[in-house]
Amino acid sequence: MKRLRILLNIMGFAMMLFAVTMLVPVGVAAYVDDGTLNAFLEAMLVALVAGAIPFFLTRSHQHELQARDGFLLVTLVWTLLPLLGCVPFLLYFAKVGEPISFAFAYFEAMSGLTTTGATVLQGLDSLPPAINVWRATLMWIGGMGILVLAVAILPLLGVGGSQVVRAETPGPMKDEKLTPRIASTAKGLYAVYLGISLACWGAYVSAGMGLVDAYVHMAATVSLGGFSSHDASFGAFNSPLLESIAIVFMTICAVSFATHFKAIRQRSAKAYWQCPEARYVVAILLLAGLAISAFLWFRGTYATPFEALRYGMFNTVSVATTTGFANTDYAAWPVFAPLVMLLLSCFTASSGSTGSGIKLVRFLLILKQTRLELRRVLHPRLIAPIRLSQRVVDNRVLLALLAFLMLYVTSITVIALLLILTGLDPATALSAALASVNNLGPGLAGVGPASTFAVLDDFQISLCTFGMLLGRLELVTVLVLFTPTFWRH
Amino acid sequence: MKIIILGAGRVGSSVAETLVSERNDITVVDTNGAPLMQLQERLDLRVVVGSGTHLSVLEAAGARDADMLIACTTSDEVNLVACKIARQIFNVPQRIARIRSNEYVDQPELIGPEGFCIDHLISPERSVTRYLERLIEFPEALQVVDFAQGQVTMALVSVSPGSLMTGLSLAELAARIPDANLQILAVFRKNRPIAIEPHTQLQLDDEVVVLVETRHAHRAMRALRRTEKTAHRIMITGGGNIGARLARELVQQGYAVKLIELSAARCEELSTTLPEKVIVLHGDATDEILLEDENIEGADVFLAITNDDENNIMAALLAKRMGARRVMSLISRRSYGELMEGSRIDVAVAPDQTTIGELLRYVRRGDVVAVHRLRRGATEALEAIAHGDASSSRVVGRRLSQLPLPPGASIGALVRGETILMPHDDPVVESEDHAIVLVTGRRLIPKVERLFQVSASFF
Repeated sequence: MKRLRILLNIMGFAMMLFAVTMLVPVGVAAYVDDGTLNAFLEAMLVALVAGAIPFFLTRSHQHELQARDGFLLVTLVWTLLPLLGCVPFLLYFAKVGEPISFAFAYFEAMSGLTTTGATVLQGLDSLPPAINVWRATLMWIGGMGILVLAVAILPLLGVGGSQVVRAETPGPMKDEKLTPRIASTAKGLYAVYLGISLACWGAYVSAGMGLVDAYVHMAATVSLGGFSSHDASFGAFNSPLLESIAIVFMTICAVSFATHFKAIRQRSAKAYWQCPEARYVVAILLLAGLAISAFLWFRGTYATPFEALRYGMFNTVSVATTTGFANTDYAAWPVFAPLVMLLLSCFTASSGSTGSGIKLVRFLLILKQTRLELRRVLHPRLIAPIRLSQRVVDNRVLLALLAFLMLYVTSITVIALLLILTGLDPATALSAALASVNNLGPGLAGVGPASTFAVLDDFQISLCTFGMLLGRLELVTVLVLFTPTFWRH
Repeated sequence: MKIIILGAGRVGSSVAETLVSERNDITVVDTNGAPLMQLQERLDLRVVVGSGTHLSVLEAAGARDADMLIACTTSDEVNLVACKIARQIFNVPQRIARIRSNEYVDQPELIGPEGFCIDHLISPERSVTRYLERLIEFPEALQVVDFAQGQVTMALVSVSPGSLMTGLSLAELAARIPDANLQILAVFRKNRPIAIEPHTQLQLDDEVVVLVETRHAHRAMRALRRTEKTAHRIMITGGGNIGARLARELVQQGYAVKLIELSAARCEELSTTLPEKVIVLHGDATDEILLEDENIEGADVFLAITNDDENNIMAALLAKRMGARRVMSLISRRSYGELMEGSRIDVAVAPDQTTIGELLRYVRRGDVVAVHRLRRGATEALEAIAHGDASSSRVVGRRLSQLPLPPGASIGALVRGETILMPHDDPVVESEDHAIVLVTGRRLIPKVERLFQVSASFF
């Protein structure tokens, strides 16, 4: 009971914090006067009350959070916040007379918060700006994580705080701390995130986007989410300059924020070189982008090398980093290219970035392990521990990695099979499952960049919603709650 | 404060635990990863695996902007070198080293800025020895600590069955020892501090914190005590560093000391290095026959100070049953200590608490010259110097009764040079006075620290 009260206290705080972020769309709605002000004010009130009641009732229970409660807390918060976040959608669409089902609204909010970027809304261009701003704001908070923000603000969490941050930040090895205290680590990460966001916004505005458009696309870029305020996504601007800016910022955000933090603190780029992932992220994006562009040119999809490079590069980087922007319907390309891009989305983003998938570091570890096994065939007595930037990787990390891969493949397979069972065609089902669990957004075929997830029914959309939650919290945080031993004392 | 701790052993980890709960930024460095991982799981701190004498490791631990380095690895040499590096390469402002060996301690040219640049030496063995000596001097007390260069003694005394104190009110108690200037600072009943008034009656098992001028201490303690008998015959088991030091000191003060040690080789060594008056016995302290042969029922104090908690507990319990008058046991594990104290073992000594006391005075803000932790860390007694004048200090120029002390904190005495002023005279605090403050809750400590800090206008 005492544990529950502590959980309620922090959850209440997170919900109130979430309510405060609704001030952004409220401000936009009030300024533009697009008729959504009441919807957002009501939603904000609901979130404030829902958060304030548990927070103030349990205020005297601000004890230390136990380590295992971190998983429960993070999963609960991540299921509850989209619930609050979807209220504006429900209210607005009911008001304009084309109500959407709860499952769809919840999907939209979850897609934003998990930085997936899959949408069920059509006619984005004609939506009120405040709705699009709210979708983007959800992404921005979800990118770094609302509980990381709570830890930065609430000093009470202590050790439990680091457990929460660990459960909310992606990556297999989270033992290395940037600063001794978790609260200052969380503050540092948010400061870097905010700085990159402002830079991105400024770059978009100066390259010709409107303020609101720039905000929406900035939030979707730095969080590697991919919501756009246009049905045609980046294609609506038709500007190579804006696309180049987006490529740069997507690459930056696919690198671990811990590495950015170190580089800024040491005022040297050495940190990027010491980071086991950063250079590979850049190399993979660059090489894959060039290869796909070359492929498109040789196959004659685009007439000039420049065009091939522009579309090949942008869409490859966007899909590989799990952002999900598109400046053309890449699903219409020869099928080899989108398949490779989908595959890249599984592992290109690094741990500690805002991207999802299995993360580059895990992929590197598997490669190293495979190479080691091959060498061991030649030298049976070989002793060669796996190293990452000169640090020996514990065997337990490698074993946990196996379990993670197993869960990852199983989750995607099960979701895809269930989608097929309920009537989707295999290409749509598999790409929808991948796009959900990888927090990518658009898939192929029926859910490709040119269409939306609105073709799915309520059950299918709920499956994808669950897949997104699994992917954002890296499976283990959520799935551990489904083990009976977690609930036994 | 940003603090780097080298060594995640017993001392290092308990220091880390204490300091991290006081909102310091702690980084712990050790060559062994396993204890570090455990620490990081349990506490909000950062760990770095590697040798504390390597520049890259210290750099990774944040030595560039650290405020303090506490070197408490098990190796004196590592601690010395680490302090030197911290000073010369990273310019860490404060460096504290744990030194076990006596060889280095009294060598200012080796320790000081010309040598290894150590600001403060701590020696857990030395402080535990000193602590045990004081306990033997006042065998009725659970804890005895000194302030103001030994001018003031603070003791924690429990009201035992048949004690003279049972049922007395505090006023009556003070009246029994008319001119000793005895001051009762706190009474703990069932592990909680209770509000004290002159008419508060003491009950069985209460623990009382008393403060007294050291020159009256013996008389005062004797008045509180049931018997008139002082301790004379001491039996120690465990001939390690602490046991050997203690035996030597006690014999020099005229006690009759028997020292039991398990290892024959160590016995040989002890019998050649210690004064001849120490009777070194080879055997197991949990061996009844040995204890009986050595007349355990005649022992005034039995000390179990091997490095094994379980062994100490069993030896002490056995000795008590066989008739030792007062038994004390060194118990490192906190949970064991809490279990055993107040049982048949009269005093459970937590070695890390005495060390932490030594360290805390350097961590406390304001000019704090001594910190002692009482009752396993829940209560802290500190000696702080008041600086400044009535405008820059919150204490100078005020009467003791007017000080804005938080409830739960009380001032036991004011030491002005050689004079000791007791609170019942309600003296006015002057600059450079040493105030001895008892704080019964960890949360109150920052408030007390702030009280004794001089506001910026002083400089």
